[in-house]
Amino acid sequence: MNKNQYIVFALIFVLLSGCIKETESSTEITPINQISTISNIGSDTLVNLALAWAERYHELYPDIEISVTGGGSGTGIAALINSNVDIANASRSIKTEEIQQAEENGVDPMEFIVAKDAIAIIVNLNNPINQLTIQQISDIYSGKIINWSEIGGEDREIVRLSRETNSGTHVFFLDNVIRMGDSDNNTLFSSDTLLLPSSEGITAETRDNPNAIGYDGLGYVTPEVKVIAVAPDSSSPYILPSAESVNSDQYPIARDLYMYTDSQPTGEIAEYINWIMAPEAQAIVTQLGFVPIVKP
Amino acid sequence: MNKNWKEFFLNWLIKISGYSAIIFVVLIFYFLLREGLPAFSEVGISDLLSTRWYPIEDYFGILPLIGGTIIVTVGAGLFAVPIGLCTAIFISEVSPRWARDILKPMVEALGGIPSVVLGFLGILILTPYIRHLLDLPTGLSALGGSILLGIIALPTIVSVAEDALDSVPRTYRDGALALGATEWQTIWRVTLPAARSGVLTAIMLGIGRAIGETMAVMMVTGNAAVLPVKIDSFFRPVRTMTATIAAEMGEVAKGSTHYHVLFFIGVLLFAISLGINIAASTAMFKQRKRAERILS
Repeated sequence: MNKNQYIVFALIFVLLSGCIKETESSTEITPINQISTISNIGSDTLVNLALAWAERYHELYPDIEISVTGGGSGTGIAALINSNVDIANASRSIKTEEIQQAEENGVDPMEFIVAKDAIAIIVNLNNPINQLTIQQISDIYSGKIINWSEIGGEDREIVRLSRETNSGTHVFFLDNVIRMGDSDNNTLFSSDTLLLPSSEGITAETRDNPNAIGYDGLGYVTPEVKVIAVAPDSSSPYILPSAESVNSDQYPIARDLYMYTDSQPTGEIAEYINWIMAPEAQAIVTQLGFVPIVKP
Repeated sequence: MNKNWKEFFLNWLIKISGYSAIIFVVLIFYFLLREGLPAFSEVGISDLLSTRWYPIEDYFGILPLIGGTIIVTVGAGLFAVPIGLCTAIFISEVSPRWARDILKPMVEALGGIPSVVLGFLGILILTPYIRHLLDLPTGLSALGGSILLGIIALPTIVSVAEDALDSVPRTYRDGALALGATEWQTIWRVTLPAARSGVLTAIMLGIGRAIGETMAVMMVTGNAAVLPVKIDSFFRPVRTMTATIAAEMGEVAKGSTHYHVLFFIGVLLFAISLGINIAASTAMFKQRKRAERILS
């Protein structure tokens, strides 16, 4: 019994001494060496880009750590409204109801356009279709067209893939492609659209399933799927998405990518955002397959 | 004097720990109700019972979600119960001692696999296979979800049923065999009916596990909120209540209508799980009393 008690007390002492050490070291750190953190939540479209920026920025300024999380544009903006995050990433602009909720919570959202993105329409590599008009894509996704043969493809049932409703990509697609930019249009996604939780899911299903059609940000398209050329209507030329076609406003399904802060940012957050809008960070934008806001 | 004080203190500590389980459940239920009941006043029963679920445009019909959960759970039951029972019978009645010592731990190991890993394997292997095998438009369907949920519920069913079968006294089997019954007749007509309540408990616990499963179904069922009323619907995408909460809870602003409706769905799930667990434990306690009566 004595020996066991001795061991128990020794263990407790060791564990406690670990605690003591921590408090000692924290009083030794001077404020100059303190690591500050900027938190960044939101769009899954932006998450890889935000991570690349965060890593590069940390290389340049090692005492600033930036944490990046995904979850969807809706998640990021909700976090900003609840004052849980420094910067919210969004692949769609903030809605009026969200601005209202933010102001009720004492938050004043400030918008920064940090990059541009094109939405690519993807199909299986074996699908014979190469080009579609916006009207056709809208009809496919709203359920009016249900078989590939109706638009010149094989006799297969169309399987529509989409991101979840909390994704900015989803909302942008709804407003600009299904509703074709008309704010009075009430068309919805067809109820049998598959809402997949990630871009990886969409790519995996499209790569494997010849019946599938999906959409996603240009930065997420892999060579395993085929990108469709899109035209605003059947008399215009069909354009493939790329950095050039987005910057020259030729590709019809393009959007701005945003970062939102609570009122005008100061200090490290302001410096970070200024760095993002400068040519060095915009070069990273091109590397990841998005479209820079300035020519790097 | 010291001893009595220690006794009292330990007694009190154990009582608190025991009651705390009940208190936690009650508190959770209260919190869910508090956040979920406003859904009735904000949305109204008839809208809640409509058939379109599209929360970002204020369509809050939860019937497709309830239907999705039911069809996937029923499918999982159809898959897991026969296989689980047969496995349990094999392990406890038919297999030799050495095989039993290998099989039981392996079934437990199957139960230890994280469900998200199974979901991942489901997307990569199971769903393309289902699509090829049954010539479906897509493998992301209630069928895929059911198979995966069946695999997840299987270890629970096998474990508990096997324990129930094991606890049937040897005298039952010896008596049947002495009267000239074959081994199968003994199992089917004597042992299994004697372990009836334990086996029922096993089935209900397995199904309770299947109802609450989130990650695996979210990755594999396609998440399309369609009301699954036809037989065909089993081979088409569905959306479960658990996947809805998981996918959408991140984006809701606290206190919004969507938030309340999601909590209401949580209340429903909680009530169903609680009901199944209460039924299962009542059955289990009944079995003990019967066994005690017969043996004494």
